[in-house]
Amino acid sequence: MPKQAAPEHLEFAAANGLLDRRLFLRSGAGLATLGYALREPANAAPLPLEPWMTAPNGPVLPYDRPSRFESKVVRGGGGSRTGFSGVTNIKTPLHLLTGTITPAGLHHARLHSGVPDIDPDKHELLIHGLVKRPLIFTVEALSRYPLESHIYFHECGGNSEIMYDEKPSQAGVMGVHGQISCSEWTGVRLAMLMEEAGVDPKAKWILAEGADASAMTRSVPMEKVMKDALIALYQNGERVMPSNGYPMRLLLPGFEGNMQVKWLRRVKALAGPTESRDETSKYTMTHPDGKSTQFNLYIEAKSVITQPAPELKMRGPGFYEISGLAWSGYGKIVKVEVSADGGKSWAPARLEGPGSMLAMTRFRIPWQWDGGPAVLQSRATDNTGYVQPTRAALIAKRGPWANYHANMITSWSIASNGDVTHVYA
Amino acid sequence: MRSQFVAVALMLAVTASVALADQAPTFGRVAAPDEISSWDIDVSPDGTGLPPGSATARTGEAVYAQKCVACHGVKGVGGPAGDLAGGQGTLGVPGKRPVKTVGSFWPYATSFFAYVRRAMPYDKPKSLTNDELYAVTAYVLQLNGLIGADEVMNALTLPKVRMPNRDGFRPWVRGD
Repeated sequence: MPKQAAPEHLEFAAANGLLDRRLFLRSGAGLATLGYALREPANAAPLPLEPWMTAPNGPVLPYDRPSRFESKVVRGGGGSRTGFSGVTNIKTPLHLLTGTITPAGLHHARLHSGVPDIDPDKHELLIHGLVKRPLIFTVEALSRYPLESHIYFHECGGNSEIMYDEKPSQAGVMGVHGQISCSEWTGVRLAMLMEEAGVDPKAKWILAEGADASAMTRSVPMEKVMKDALIALYQNGERVMPSNGYPMRLLLPGFEGNMQVKWLRRVKALAGPTESRDETSKYTMTHPDGKSTQFNLYIEAKSVITQPAPELKMRGPGFYEISGLAWSGYGKIVKVEVSADGGKSWAPARLEGPGSMLAMTRFRIPWQWDGGPAVLQSRATDNTGYVQPTRAALIAKRGPWANYHANMITSWSIASNGDVTHVYA
Repeated sequence: MRSQFVAVALMLAVTASVALADQAPTFGRVAAPDEISSWDIDVSPDGTGLPPGSATARTGEAVYAQKCVACHGVKGVGGPAGDLAGGQGTLGVPGKRPVKTVGSFWPYATSFFAYVRRAMPYDKPKSLTNDELYAVTAYVLQLNGLIGADEVMNALTLPKVRMPNRDGFRPWVRGD
């Protein structure tokens, strides 16, 4: 494709066509700024009267669903490595969504024995162990407590793990990064239930266990339980989806997803962690010296460009908006920078929304693509001052076998023909 | 006089907070010990939670052949569900991917017992008897050369099995 010269009057914020993030927020600025002239009206047929304009339309559904023309907006990109269909994951199609709230049906899910079909009238939550009174709660009982709603991101501790591989994966933004989602969760503070049970001061951890066939089990520090752990009953205003824990799941805002046990049936107060399979054999990071770090609780700041993405071929030179998501388990995103030249020069992106604590932030920046090769990257900074590392820096620290918490910068290479590929830059 | 006043004020404050606690919603019902036992299946590294029962690797071989071999392979190697044995000495070798198995990586034998107890066999979790659980655990430990074929595994002996990677973990700190 021939390179398109950029209009000379444009002010660039960084090399290779990145424009000022506020370009279209200033009054009077429009696409004309980019050199688009008003087009002469062409001689053409009158605008058509389509069938839906000229006859009564169809019935309304009791529970609406996306248009049949949106049938490709579905989860995928995961799959089972072992051949057991229930031991799998399914990822969020980040390239086909925008904003920050993930539709409940598109929230990613990691499953250890499929999706249980739980009758909420038969589901019970047991709180026991080092407590004065072991208690059992039905779903109906939990619904009677004061409820709280919070917008929290949820990322699998193994999201993007393929970025530790020697060669860049071409699975697309969904396949590489799709185990990140964000919802408004509504539920009961676990601390309130723990206080009702009367926690023994000796209890420093809880064990959380699911009602699924695999009885997923993780240990959680009591400090986190009493600070902000939530038993979520609702996701984006409706009951939690089956693959995300119906009728109730644990939410530990900012912590790795695996700890936030779905289909929660049991909370046991304990003096120490039980060292369960998923906090020893799995979800531990093995460093070059052979030692493994355990209880890698927090999700560090991370960002990824979701548009453009390998799944979305470019449509020729000209104006594009680069957009993506950023999040931090330590708080909130205060800055996202974007590079179009593989990290040599950076321009600040515009952050949408208030950037609330432990939620996702959408960033956007205008880009005038000249049709030449470009390497797009995004780099997040959170309110603790932590800056998202390069892949090289992360691998230098952890080595290639760490598996988890892969929060390194991603590079999308744009070829002149419009193909977008994943590269290490 | 002053201290009396403080004491009265403190008493009032305590009474007030008790009254507030009384008004907090309490919709949980007290669980009886008999109700809890069927779900109380976790095991701690010191052996707390291990049930009665016992077995040796020799009896475990038969249970394994019947319920585990299809997914985990003969002698715990080569099945579709990942290896249970081997891999010792592969951690921290430059340029080599660690081979993580029960023998090479898991820090506690109790964790393995608890995992089998809650999640295995895949097609029928929570179906093994306590003796079968000790038997399978003993067999996998023996496959890894950690106990002998006739060593009895029970609530007292299992927590004492020293796993090779017991000291291979440290708590994560920010920056790791």
